[in-house]
Amino acid sequence: MPAVDMRAGGRGVPLFLDFFYKLRARGVKVSAHNWLALLDALGQGLHDSSLDGFYAVARCILVNDEGDYDGFDLAFGESFRGVIADLEAFTEQLAEWLKDPQQLLHLDPALRELIDELGIEELRRQLLERLAEQKKRHEGGNRWVGTGGTSPFGQGGMNPAGVRMGGSGGGRSALAVADSRRFREFRKDLVLDTRQLGTALRRLRRLQRKGGIEELDIDMTVDETARNCGDLEIVMRPPRKNDVRMLLLLDVGGSMDPHAELVSRLFSAAHKHGGFKELESYYFHNCVYSKVYEDAAFTKPVPIDHLLRTKDANWHLCLVGDAWMHPGELMMTSSNFWTLDRAPSGLRCLAKLADHFPRSGWINPEPERLWDAPTISEIRRVFPMYTLTVAGIDQMVEAMRRPPQAARRSHIGRVLRQAD
Amino acid sequence: MSQFASSDRYIVSDELAKAVDVAMAIGRPLLIKGEPGTGKTLLAVDLAQQLGKELLRWQVKSTTKAVEGLYQYDTVKRLHDSRFGDGDVGDIAKYISLGPLGRAFELEEQTVVLIDEIDKADLEFPNDLLHELDAMSFTIPETGRTLTAAKRPIVIITSNNEKELPDAFLRRCVFHWIAFPDRELMARIVAVHHPRIEDELLASALEAFYRLRATEGLRKPPSTSELIDWIAALRHADIDPAKLLGARLPFLGVLLKKEQDVARVERGASGGGRGGRY
Repeated sequence: MPAVDMRAGGRGVPLFLDFFYKLRARGVKVSAHNWLALLDALGQGLHDSSLDGFYAVARCILVNDEGDYDGFDLAFGESFRGVIADLEAFTEQLAEWLKDPQQLLHLDPALRELIDELGIEELRRQLLERLAEQKKRHEGGNRWVGTGGTSPFGQGGMNPAGVRMGGSGGGRSALAVADSRRFREFRKDLVLDTRQLGTALRRLRRLQRKGGIEELDIDMTVDETARNCGDLEIVMRPPRKNDVRMLLLLDVGGSMDPHAELVSRLFSAAHKHGGFKELESYYFHNCVYSKVYEDAAFTKPVPIDHLLRTKDANWHLCLVGDAWMHPGELMMTSSNFWTLDRAPSGLRCLAKLADHFPRSGWINPEPERLWDAPTISEIRRVFPMYTLTVAGIDQMVEAMRRPPQAARRSHIGRVLRQAD
Repeated sequence: MSQFASSDRYIVSDELAKAVDVAMAIGRPLLIKGEPGTGKTLLAVDLAQQLGKELLRWQVKSTTKAVEGLYQYDTVKRLHDSRFGDGDVGDIAKYISLGPLGRAFELEEQTVVLIDEIDKADLEFPNDLLHELDAMSFTIPETGRTLTAAKRPIVIITSNNEKELPDAFLRRCVFHWIAFPDRELMARIVAVHHPRIEDELLASALEAFYRLRATEGLRKPPSTSELIDWIAALRHADIDPAKLLGARLPFLGVLLKKEQDVARVERGASGGGRGGRY
């Protein structure tokens, strides 16, 4: 049981603050905005003076994506496990917290940080205003407060072990609920189903709202014409249709076999839900050399140069592979005796692709902790690498919407020059 | 006392009930997400009924624009009137009609506004509503009229998660994800729709239903509304509850809407083993 820091006999807010830190450490992005809303709700007694109530109130205000429920549960468990025995002290802390916002602002570096972003005076004013407001409301008696009492947090009557989760009769306390981690499967860093991957890929669509040949906006034309007293007023707008083109290169066989199921999910997500204007996919083994293949059995080769000729830089390139190979496969120029040209090394082929398609990314099904392996880190300098998870795809989509980093481009240039 | 709770028509989990209370108390929109068929829309309907307030429903479609929820200006009618009609076309206000959100601001009484399936609209749609939902006020530029809500409406927003909602929008909402009901809650939900259901049939149907949902790799697992329809079919045909525990389920098509799913389940059943035990 972790000791609870009750500095100076419960003065200050170590516990509550600790919860705030833990949430952020778990990736639940609690904003100052939401933190204030939570204070507002607690001030109105919505948590019914129980930890269960606090759990429910805090979660619906602080979390706004089911993917973060699990992180919330973890942080909640960590923060309050040791506290349950001393719930009364905890609610007193909360009360004190609310009573003395000035002190709070001095004590709380994390909130300060947020506040600095938004302007401290404004927030202080808002906070005080809200606190004043909630006091007023409270004195007036609030109909949402189930159990009376004048202090915002009520007193006594709390039995942490026996608090029922309302009428369901389950009788589980908030901690048991949090510990059961019911929402683990919603985490964004796990791979879920095709549909979710598809939803992630579809966000690429946002790219394509601007530009393109304009089309007639009939609704607006009618509208504007009418406003214009009947003189024709033509309104044009960019087409809404998605014209993202995606080139997918998939590593198959060998070390990729364990990931086959995942990769096929990504593949079907791209096909079914990606909504791309064009989607072409090719296969390679371990590393891309001068050819890729139309089929996973490697019987229909397509030269890389053909891809580069037929597809312009507007195509998005996504490679899927574990980037896990013998360094020689990546670095050595193959000494194919029968051809006059020395075939370029794998890395150089990759750099060529990266150079041609500035919007590109590499999706790696291996966990991130293995990415320090020599071949993987070499490839990471050419292609930005992402995990094969919903969060990874999200990041890739986000990155593809921005221009490539200058450092990466100059590294790609160096690789290309080296081999010449 | 006025706390939101289950009614005789709608069963709500305690966490959801709390989320509703919080949203009403701190005056923020309540964003509800969850699997299709978990009763997101019904929540608003039932809440309005429980509170005895008017429900203003705004069904969002892919072409819906944010301003349509506030007001619409019928320019075509005005033009038509100016050329062919009589009536005073100088009065623009005559050609302005309020949308659901606009009406909610106009009414003296507090209302419940349901913005249904907000994820269907364009990505920018929620951002366009930020100010209106925050300030609960907007101005109609054509007439210069400013509408401010006399009583903040209770706003319920549902999403099927087809698109991500912008962060700025999410920050302003109280959020609840409707988890798929567990057996106990499901039994209560079914009882609301089939009040006179026999215990034996209910138990067998739930057993079969949850077993079916647990089948690996279903493209569209059956949801609450499908279960309720299925039980209606079972009762109508007077199926022996014992049959539901066998390998082949009657009226499988009511539960599974995708051919591949039906094929998968039937393959699993005829594969022996699993079904044979029952």
